[in-house]
Amino acid sequence: MQKIGVFVCHCGSNIAATVDVKKVVEMALLEQGVVHAEDYPYMCSEAGQSRIAAAIAEKGLTGIVVCSCSPRMHEATFRKAAERAGLNPYMVEIANIREHCSWIHKDMAEATEKATILMRAAVAKVHLNAPLQAGESMVTKRALVIGGGIAGIQTAIDIADAGYKVDIVEKTPSIGGRMSQLDKTFPTLDCSACILTPKMVEAAAHENITIHTYSEVEKVSGFVGNFTVDIRKKARYVDIAKCTGCGVCQEKCPSKKIPNEFNRGLNNRSAIYTPFAQAIPNVPVIDTTACIKFKTGKCGVCEKVCQAGAINYKQQDEIITENYGAIVVATGFDTIKLDQYGEYAYGQSKDVITSLELERVMNAAGPTKGHLERLSDGKAPKEIVFIQCVGSRCSDDRGKPYCSKICCMYTAKHAMLIRDKYPDTNVTVFYIDVRTPGKNFDEFYRRAVEDYGVNYIKGQVGKVIPQPDGSLLVQGVDLLDQKQILKKADMVVLATAIEPNTDVRKIATMLTASIDTNNFLTEAHPKLRPVESPTAGVFLSGVCQGPKDIPETVAQAGAAAVKVIGLLAKDKLKTNPCTAQSDELLCNGCSQCANVCPYGAITYETKLINDHGIREDRRVAVVNSALCQGCGACTVTCPSGAMDLKGFSNRQILAEVDAICR
Amino acid sequence: MNKQAELIKQISGVNPLKCMKCGKCSASCPSYNEMDIKPHQFVSYVINEDIEALTASKSLYKCLSCFACVERCPRGVKPGKLIDAARQVVIRQRGQEYLSPDEIPALLDEETPQQLLMSAFRKYRR
Ligand SMILES: Cc1cc2nc3c(=O)[nH]c(=O)nc-3n(C[C@H](O)[C@H](O)[C@H](O)COP(=O)(O)OP(=O)(O)OC[C@H]3O[C@@H](n4cnc5c(N)ncnc54)[C@H](O)[C@@H]3O)c2cc1C
Ligand code: SF4
Ligand code: SF4
Ligand code: SF4
Ligand code: SF4
Repeated sequence: MQKIGVFVCHCGSNIAATVDVKKVVEMALLEQGVVHAEDYPYMCSEAGQSRIAAAIAEKGLTGIVVCSCSPRMHEATFRKAAERAGLNPYMVEIANIREHCSWIHKDMAEATEKATILMRAAVAKVHLNAPLQAGESMVTKRALVIGGGIAGIQTAIDIADAGYKVDIVEKTPSIGGRMSQLDKTFPTLDCSACILTPKMVEAAAHENITIHTYSEVEKVSGFVGNFTVDIRKKARYVDIAKCTGCGVCQEKCPSKKIPNEFNRGLNNRSAIYTPFAQAIPNVPVIDTTACIKFKTGKCGVCEKVCQAGAINYKQQDEIITENYGAIVVATGFDTIKLDQYGEYAYGQSKDVITSLELERVMNAAGPTKGHLERLSDGKAPKEIVFIQCVGSRCSDDRGKPYCSKICCMYTAKHAMLIRDKYPDTNVTVFYIDVRTPGKNFDEFYRRAVEDYGVNYIKGQVGKVIPQPDGSLLVQGVDLLDQKQILKKADMVVLATAIEPNTDVRKIATMLTASIDTNNFLTEAHPKLRPVESPTAGVFLSGVCQGPKDIPETVAQAGAAAVKVIGLLAKDKLKTNPCTAQSDELLCNGCSQCANVCPYGAITYETKLINDHGIREDRRVAVVNSALCQGCGACTVTCPSGAMDLKGFSNRQILAEVDAICR
Repeated sequence: MNKQAELIKQISGVNPLKCMKCGKCSASCPSYNEMDIKPHQFVSYVINEDIEALTASKSLYKCLSCFACVERCPRGVKPGKLIDAARQVVIRQRGQEYLSPDEIPALLDEETPQQLLMSAFRKYRR
């Protein structure tokens, strides 16, 4: 028989204002096996934990129940407290009487009754708890970073500087991400390439960093400290070791009409291409969907002109398998598609562009060599209208409900740069709110207004109407002056909402990391664990977690690196002892459990089984406790009831249900 | 460039571009309900160079020159000075630029606020 102590927390008034905690204590003392019960304002405090320790020592408790907040919050705290007092940590159960009770009820009598029931269920479970011992697993001292934008690059450099090996897997032919597409960057207006390129070079030259570009993660298995990852290195058809980056192939390639992704399709590239001049590695790839050789078997020009003999049409995708202790997701973002926003005439007029397209137009290496011109006729625009929040802050099904956070600042940047370089071009910005929180950010936006004369109008644009003369008629409103505005413009720029890269879903599924309704990766705790995913060993860096500018991205990238370093610095990790085990006498070797196990922890062995005197060879399931994460999928699948989870056995769960229904 | 808008900026010494459209001036103004063009709009009318509408506005006569807006504007824009300057433009158009202190008693009535007198001297000085 267990000797159980029950500790009821007030959580200040969080619990005590809705639950009669004294009554719960009183009811606990009526439960079989409960030899001690008390309440305290903050059980998690130093003093609260000491009371638990004292009761364990004085009353010789063999198990305890803490009625408090969610186990996600403080289960670890109370387990450690119990362990320090000499109790096995797995003899601790939490009854969640805050999130599951006080926070969602108003009526005190009802809430108190529910708290009592939850306490009873936990006591019933403790009766069947057994001490469990955590095992140990080794840590592979190497990290994987998925995505080679500024987030991934910074995280990799920081981890590598601490002395650990890091691999970057980047989908496109070069690292750099969106930042490589930007012209100048707020709030200091330094050129994006000038601050990014040195970082790219640093990563590429770092002895601890290996970069796999044009590569994708194909399969992930294992768990924190011990991930095994398959990486597909897509065939470039150009030998990285031989190519000198001279660029002759791209010049001579006759297939030149392919929309240039890097320039957002504003101009064309050849079938063999490097996305941009500072690409790392500076080695082209052949786009087989556009290459004449791959389509018809003829051509082969690049092979002929390549002095280095680097072209190899026979190259194949290669799959490499690597082991990692930690994985960082840094897959970044894209702008949303604007098909549903017909009112802005994007797609109808070449002179209605997104802000990211404007970055390419203003960039010296872009399709217009940095000259601000209309894409329809090459004329210099004299009137430019910017429209904020296009697709952001829309709770309808066309857009995104969140604020994209970066557009107010980059629009101020664009407006200022244009007014600076082309003083006789007028710039008007239609806005809902100007959101510029950040160091020196509001001052930056005010400069656009006060020093550069950018006309900010509080109000939205209802319609952009392309005119027969090639101009654009913008119909908007000035809410403060209560006037509808009809303005002729030569160019309209849309501050388009951003969203996570579309394949983040695939990545999240492989890593069993969770994503929110907007496809942003979810952090383990929105305030206290912002760079960790809820899956142990998986960390988040950059815009894949939520909208961010470069300074914030770099800060988060560093934070993610610190968490990775903290993990890799350990030689061994404690494993979760709540793993599955199968009862050999009940198992009929049907294989259903192995089919559902997401961690590949179940194998089958043929064993000599002594079933009540009958000795026979049987095929039975065996769980590798180092791989099992205790998810419980097998236990609910097993048709014979042979699979059970330590710490969460069928008997324990049923005892809880019985106690609730009592 | 609109001459009158420039004149108003010159007389008032106001840089309307400093306005951040917060509405503190309109929120502070005791005459707000009486006005057709509101204090925060004085600023945008000058920016948009719509001086004709501003000088025709009845706000010219409803503003008490209390300068609460001037006092409280978080960005030091001083919208009250703009309407004051707009009045001056009207006065100049009518050639009535000078007021002698002797003429004042005849113009006074019970309800004339003291501040208005001070403001009158600011406006009609030579
Ligand atoms: C128009 C515009 C202007 C901006 N101007 C500024 C500015 O002036 N100042 C500023 O501070 N910020 C600015 N920003 C924001 C800035 O671009 C971002 O903060 C920054 O790029 C975020 O970096 P990231 O690494 O998180 O994402 P990204 O730059 O998107 O990098 C993600 C990388 O991951 C790769 N990837 C994606 N999926 C996979 C996958 N499945 N496998 C492998 N690799 C993958 C991508 O190819 C990419 O290389 C601007 C943004 C826009 C849209
Ligand atoms: S073989 Fe393909 S990539 Fe090479 S030059 Fe011809 S079309 Fe271009
Ligand atoms: S940052 Fe500004 S423009 Fe972008 S969504 Fe937020 S409020 Fe709108
Ligand atoms: S000075 Fe005029 S506009 Fe300003 S608060 Fe006073 S009455 Fe209103
Ligand atoms: S208080 Fe100043 S900044 Fe605010 S709206 Fe009025 S004039 Fe503009």
